[in-house]
Amino acid sequence: MDHAEEKKILLITHGPMDEYFHGTLAEDIQKIYGFTIHFEERHLDLNAYYDPVRRQYNGNSIISYLHETTSATYMKTLGLFNVDLFIPILTYIFGQAIFKGNVGIVSTYRLRNEQYGLKQDTKLLFERLRKVIIHELGHSFGLVHCYDPSCVMRSSTYVEDIDQKDFGMCISCRDLIVKIINNLQTSTF
Amino acid sequence: MDKKISLLIVDDEESVRDSLYNWFIEDGYDVDCAKNAKEALSMLEARDFDIILADIKMPGMDGMEMHKRIKSLNKDSIVIIMTAFASVETAVQALKEGAYDYITKPFDPDDLSHLLRNAVSQISLRTENEALKDRITTLENIDDIIGSSEAMLRVLKEVESVAPSNSSVIITGESGTGKEIIARAIHANSPRKYFPMVSVHCGALSENLLESELFGHEKGAFTGAMYNRKGRFEMADGGTIFLDEIGTISPKMQIELLRVLETKTFVRVGGNKEIESDFRIICATNKDLKKLVAEGKFREDLYYRLNVVNIRIPPLRERLEDIPLLVDHFINKFCTSMSRNIISIKDVTLKRLKDYNYPGNVRELENMIERAIVVGNGKEILPRDLPLDKKTTDTSYESLEDLEKKYIANVLDKYEWNISKSARVLKVDRVTLYNKIRKYGLTSPGKS
Ligand SMILES: [Zn+2]
Ligand SMILES: [Zn+2]
Repeated sequence: MDHAEEKKILLITHGPMDEYFHGTLAEDIQKIYGFTIHFEERHLDLNAYYDPVRRQYNGNSIISYLHETTSATYMKTLGLFNVDLFIPILTYIFGQAIFKGNVGIVSTYRLRNEQYGLKQDTKLLFERLRKVIIHELGHSFGLVHCYDPSCVMRSSTYVEDIDQKDFGMCISCRDLIVKIINNLQTSTF
Repeated sequence: MDKKISLLIVDDEESVRDSLYNWFIEDGYDVDCAKNAKEALSMLEARDFDIILADIKMPGMDGMEMHKRIKSLNKDSIVIIMTAFASVETAVQALKEGAYDYITKPFDPDDLSHLLRNAVSQISLRTENEALKDRITTLENIDDIIGSSEAMLRVLKEVESVAPSNSSVIITGESGTGKEIIARAIHANSPRKYFPMVSVHCGALSENLLESELFGHEKGAFTGAMYNRKGRFEMADGGTIFLDEIGTISPKMQIELLRVLETKTFVRVGGNKEIESDFRIICATNKDLKKLVAEGKFREDLYYRLNVVNIRIPPLRERLEDIPLLVDHFINKFCTSMSRNIISIKDVTLKRLKDYNYPGNVRELENMIERAIVVGNGKEILPRDLPLDKKTTDTSYESLEDLEKKYIANVLDKYEWNISKSARVLKVDRVTLYNKIRKYGLTSPGKS
């Protein structure tokens, strides 16, 4: 698609990520959203966002920070963290994106098996992360939750929920995202 | 479009309003916010909300007082009270006075999601009653059902009449006719539409896998069962479960299925807790279930439980007049998803398409159009872009046996499985035809 050259999706990571992760995710994003993904390693000082009472990091404030510092050359910016995130009203979040907005955040913290007393499983962690990233990007493009049990846009409130869905979208979400992106294309370019 | 459930958030804290707004918008609700009780009440004068989520502690009028006022306005909104730990007692008081439920800040995402599901199910019960009053006259979410032929209109009528009820439905039709799409249409037009429709393709799973797929399993139930896993019946709670290829399930699964349908409860594999689920069941098959019952391969009691309503989808060759509409739909669909300009189709191509008899039904036509768009010139679809055309000149990829099987199946279908007539057309005797039918495993489509 020709607009892929114009705008990209930026994924800010905290530390280095493995090659396989880069490659697979880039492929997913290209296939589903038709955009190229760009990776950037940034070492944010998260102390400012730490809430000592909840012993978690305030996701809303991190989103505001990303919103202020993000460059308009990127279609969407997604921050990837490894700390426990919350938003004031919820006890925790796997990720959060502004609906139809251009920033979002995702955390690996609650996606790790170790968090639930299970054996570490890097592959499973990556699969969960991949789904959460695709899901949150879907929201940022304006998709709402879907009831199709295998659709990536299905709402997941606990980690087993994530394991039960696919990376991909169901036919109706796919139709919708194609329409949304085509509209973006005609209105922006 | 589906009518969305409307929700009003009333809280004096901006960060709470913003967070909840984003959460509920992403969950598909029609959301509005008010800063305080006064603002909420004046909004309620202008319009109704299905659900109101109100903080109990607000400056000015508090959530309790607001709840009383809402009640006096005679609104049937469901009111959920949000409370901090310290004010749980007041929240309980609110329940006594008729609030629907309360939830303590900060919310566990799963609790919040459950609470809302329950509220939505209350609302859908209410609309179910209203729907009975003023009869649904138009079907929603049926964009994928294409056809204006009499045969398809009859199917749509049946969908419309069966959707609002809770009856079990069996959808019969050859493969590729779109049985799952019809099941979706029934679900989408039923009061259960706010809950999931869960599909299981029974034919693709072994007995053990199907069991754990349908009923779920407990951690450690078998090697590799690392987590507790919800089964499809559990996931379908409140909604619809769709079992495709029901004719393929084993005798043991038939017994288990019958039991679940009778009790609406089941136990996860490796577990001992009875789990309840409120689901509607829709099945599909391309087999003649009645015949399977007669042969003792399908339980009669299960058959009658499933077959309360039978909808038969006609094969494409019985509604060739729908081809132009279908072709149009598929061209639009594929060109859009491939980000290409919409192309046209030559009349002569359409004519050729209408001359074919589609053993693979709508799915075969769909695949043909997709392929034609890929191989074609990007402007219009020509006869040479169709595999139909190829077949007459180049059949190297199909064996003689395949061709014979297809040809016999076509003739049988054309003469509605009248063996004598078909044998005469094929110029073979009836015994030979029977032998061929057995050899190729041909079965007559289910008739209703
Ligand atoms: Zn979501
Ligand atoms: Zn979906």
